Amino acid sequence: MSALAIIAATIIGVLFLGLLARRGTVMDLEQWTIGGRGFGTIFVFVLMAGEIYTTFTFLGGSGFAYGHGGPVFYILSYGCLAYVISYWLLPPIWRYAKQHRLIAQPDFFAHKYDSPALGVLVALVGIVALIPYLVLQLKGLGIIVGAASYGSISPTVAIWIGAAVVTAYVMVSGVRGSAWTAVVKDTLILTVVLFLGIYLPIHYYGGYNAMFSAIDAAKPGFLALPAKGESVAWFDSTVLLTALGFYMWPHSFGSLFTAKDERVFRRNAMMMPVYQLILLFVFFVGFAAILKVPGLKGPEIDLSLLRLSVQTFDPWFVGVIGAAGVLTALVPGSMILIAATTLLANNIFRAFHPQATDATVSWLARLLVPVVALVAVIFTLRGGTTIVALLLMGYSFVTQLFPTLIACLLPRNPVTKEGALAGICVGVATVAVTSLTHTTIAQLFPSLPETLRDLNIGIVALVLNLVALAVVSAVTRRRPAYA
Amino acid sequence: MSLVKYLAALPFLGILVGVPLLNRVEPLVMGMPLVLAWIVLWVVLTAVIMAIVYRFDPANRDNAEPRV
Repeated sequence: MSALAIIAATIIGVLFLGLLARRGTVMDLEQWTIGGRGFGTIFVFVLMAGEIYTTFTFLGGSGFAYGHGGPVFYILSYGCLAYVISYWLLPPIWRYAKQHRLIAQPDFFAHKYDSPALGVLVALVGIVALIPYLVLQLKGLGIIVGAASYGSISPTVAIWIGAAVVTAYVMVSGVRGSAWTAVVKDTLILTVVLFLGIYLPIHYYGGYNAMFSAIDAAKPGFLALPAKGESVAWFDSTVLLTALGFYMWPHSFGSLFTAKDERVFRRNAMMMPVYQLILLFVFFVGFAAILKVPGLKGPEIDLSLLRLSVQTFDPWFVGVIGAAGVLTALVPGSMILIAATTLLANNIFRAFHPQATDATVSWLARLLVPVVALVAVIFTLRGGTTIVALLLMGYSFVTQLFPTLIACLLPRNPVTKEGALAGICVGVATVAVTSLTHTTIAQLFPSLPETLRDLNIGIVALVLNLVALAVVSAVTRRRPAYA
Repeated sequence: MSLVKYLAALPFLGILVGVPLLNRVEPLVMGMPLVLAWIVLWVVLTAVIMAIVYRFDPANRDNAEPRV
């Protein structure tokens, strides 16, 4: 049970850090959600990095490497392109938000397009996309606690415990707690992942060369992209889709408001790609597991890292790995919960009750924390999909905001608010229908050539989104008086 | 800056065009499958490219006029 004891101690420590972080600041809405817009380069870096290194990378990344092989390399690629985009995308957003004292993503859209309805729509899209993201963190917590208890705590109980901890954590501290814990978390996860990624391949195979040769011999071609399915067409479309969607998440958008000045983002754009390389070691762990803990299928692939760890190490060290894993779920989980509840209270409730005071909205946001957590628990317990599949679904949703955002940053916005509403609605509806019915392009258009059939379905939604955006904008654009 | 910023297009070419062309396991490069080593190379190059862009961007000088 010593593994569980270490994890429990970590959780208590984190709650304590959250309480400490809260002292000395009056928690109004702006403090609670964006830390009063006073964080410097390092803090914003850590906060944004903290969101990227989530359970998704730790368990999902290693699991995807284990179960899918070469296609996992998309995770290393999209961040890189997203950072290049961020250099030019984030500063103008930050400037505008600061000038108008905006605290959330929907405020930005509503303000730019002068349309409260658009703000409500963007808030809804954000909440819909955040739920699978929160579900995958809870799923990860469940897997970790389950594995670290060596089966004595059932996954269901573990998920409930995880949800309770995230809820308590968020209600206690808000975003300042996230930033402090993120520092601890990133140090721990960095150490653990580097160690596992170096030790396991050497311990079991004698080195990387030997490991990859052994895998290639056992499963020829598994380490590259396959000719069908997750092929090069899937890779390119998925990388592009996720790179565009990277900063469209309400919580990423929200954390960029925490920066003190805009140069923070440009500096991060050159630092973050290197930070990405940690992912490499996560992949190595997944690959090492292929021949050592064979036979995990479907959603079980997410267990590969922990199965291999339990097989290799003493319980106390499994506890340390588990503690790192718990933090990678807690920090992003808390950011997501804050984002979702702020959206509900500030952007949906307030849109319909404009006379509500800041105090009421702030109070409501905190009250909604356990409610949203409960919804996520319900979805988590229904189970069935892998961590990566959940994240890709969320990405398909948020990427639908990208065209509207880019348009409003242009010197003369060609898109009308009706066009923006129509584009987002069409895009999101397409994603919803295709993911509920599990449609792929190959099923819709079986006669297409192989390359097009493997495209990520989110691209179809994005194309339809653009068409609706262009057509409706053209129809509703106010004609100049002389025309 | 005017020309330097076009360097930022290179990571897109390297990854979106390069990966389909070099989608192979053999030969292993630095112990890694060829396609993975290629992506790692581009991650590092992206950081270098963005550092060059940052260096030449007038918006990052201390008394810079805010860009429009």
